[in-house]
Amino acid sequence: MAAKPKLYYFPGRGRMESIRWLLAAAGVEFEEELFETREQYEKVQKDGRLLFGQVPLVEIDGMALTQTRAILSYLAAKYDFYGKDLKERVRIDMYTDGTLDLMFPIMASPFQPPKEKEEGLASAVKKAKTRYFPVYEKILKNHGEDFLVGNKFSWADIQLLEAILMVEEMNASVLSDFPLLKAFKARISSIPTIKKFLQPGSQRKQPPDSHYVELVKNILQI
Amino acid sequence: MAGKPILHYYNGRGRMESTWWLLAAAGVEFEEKFLESADLDKLRNDGSLMFQQVPMVEIDGMKLVQTRAILNYIANKYNLYGKDIKEKALIDMYTEGMADLNEMIIILAIIPPEQQDAKLALIKERTKNRYFLAFENISESHGQDYLAGNRLSHADIHLVELLYEVEGIDPNLIASFPLLKALQTRISNLPAVKKFLQPGSQRKPPEDTKSIEVVKRIFKF
Repeated sequence: MAAKPKLYYFPGRGRMESIRWLLAAAGVEFEEELFETREQYEKVQKDGRLLFGQVPLVEIDGMALTQTRAILSYLAAKYDFYGKDLKERVRIDMYTDGTLDLMFPIMASPFQPPKEKEEGLASAVKKAKTRYFPVYEKILKNHGEDFLVGNKFSWADIQLLEAILMVEEMNASVLSDFPLLKAFKARISSIPTIKKFLQPGSQRKQPPDSHYVELVKNILQI
Repeated sequence: MAGKPILHYYNGRGRMESTWWLLAAAGVEFEEKFLESADLDKLRNDGSLMFQQVPMVEIDGMKLVQTRAILNYIANKYNLYGKDIKEKALIDMYTEGMADLNEMIIILAIIPPEQQDAKLALIKERTKNRYFLAFENISESHGQDYLAGNRLSHADIHLVELLYEVEGIDPNLIASFPLLKALQTRISNLPAVKKFLQPGSQRKPPEDTKSIEVVKRIFKF
C-alpha cells in the first residue's frame, strides 16, 4: 500500500502534466514510465491495463486508472484538494473544467498543421483574456481570499496556476490586465511543494518541441 | 431550496441530454427554459453563465455550468456515485470514456456533409472495438447487474443513454454485446427510467436538419 503511484505516458507534458502538478502539489513522490518506442507503448496496451486503449495511465492504490479527469478527481479527493462539501466541490469542478477547456486546445496544437496551429494558439490566448481569466480575477476580487474556493488551497488553484504559466509561454503579458491573478500566481508559486516542482530537476516536463511531436506521432502512428 | 432545478438550453439533446437522463433516473422533477438567441445574450449579459456557455442548471441556489460539474453534482446529491472515492474513480473513468464517444456523436450532427461518412465510420469502429467492448468486458468480469459497486450509478444511466443513441445510428452495433443489451433492458425497466422513455416525457428527439439549423442560429456558427 505504500507503493508510489506510477505514471505511464510520453516523455512530455500532454494530458499527464496536470496529474504531475497535482501529485507534486500534494508532496507525493511518483514513478514514471516514459514511452520512447512504439514497442513500450504496445506492451502496455497488450497488458490490458488501458481500458480504452489510451494513456494517460496511472497505477495507484491497486487500480489502473485512465481518463485524465477521472485520475485528477481521484487525486484531488485523496489528497484533500476537493473542498469541504458538495457545494465547494462543484465550484472546484466548474473552475477546473473551465481551465481544462482552455488548456486542451493548446496541448493539441503542436500536432496540427502550421496554419491551424497558429490559429488555435491565437484563439486560446484570446479566450484566456476574454473568457477565462476575467472570471477568476472576479472570483478573487469578490471574496478577497488567497485561494479560489473555501479559503483553502485546492485543485482549482493548482490547475489555474498551470493554465496561467501555459498561456504565458505563448504570450508573456497575458496577465497585464489581471492584477489579482498576478498576485495569485506569485502566491501559489511560492507554496513549498509547488516551488519545488517549478525548479529544475523536478518531474515537470518541458513544453513540446518538434522532437516530442515526432516521437508521439511515431508511437501512435498518426 | 424547495424549487425545482431549472435547465437552460436549446430545445434539443446536445450537451444537456445526459443531465435530463440523470435527473429523470433520480426521479427529480425539473423545469426547462428553452433558449433562443436573445435569451442566450441576456443570460450572458446578466452574468448567469460563468464561461458564457450553456448548459446551465439552476439548482440549490447556484447557477451551475460545465456539463461534467453539473452531472457530478447531481450524481453526488442523489447517491448515484458509488460508496467511496475508489468506486467514484471507476465510475468517472467509465463516464469519461462514454463522454468521449458521445462527443463524436454530437459533432457528427454539425460537421460538413462531406466529412460525415468518414466520421460515422470512425464512430462505428470505436463503438464496437473500444467502448462497447470495454463495458461488455467490465460487466463480464464481475457478473453484476451494474457497472460499478453492485448498485445503480451515474455510469449505468449514461451507458444506457449512449446505447439508445448508438441504436439510433446503427441498431446492429449492439448485437455482439449481450451483457450490454441485458443492462439496457434492466435499466430501462426501472420505474423512473421507464417513465422517461415514454412519449410525453421531457426526453428530446434526435437532432434532424431542422433542429441543427436552430442550433446554428442560436449559437451563431
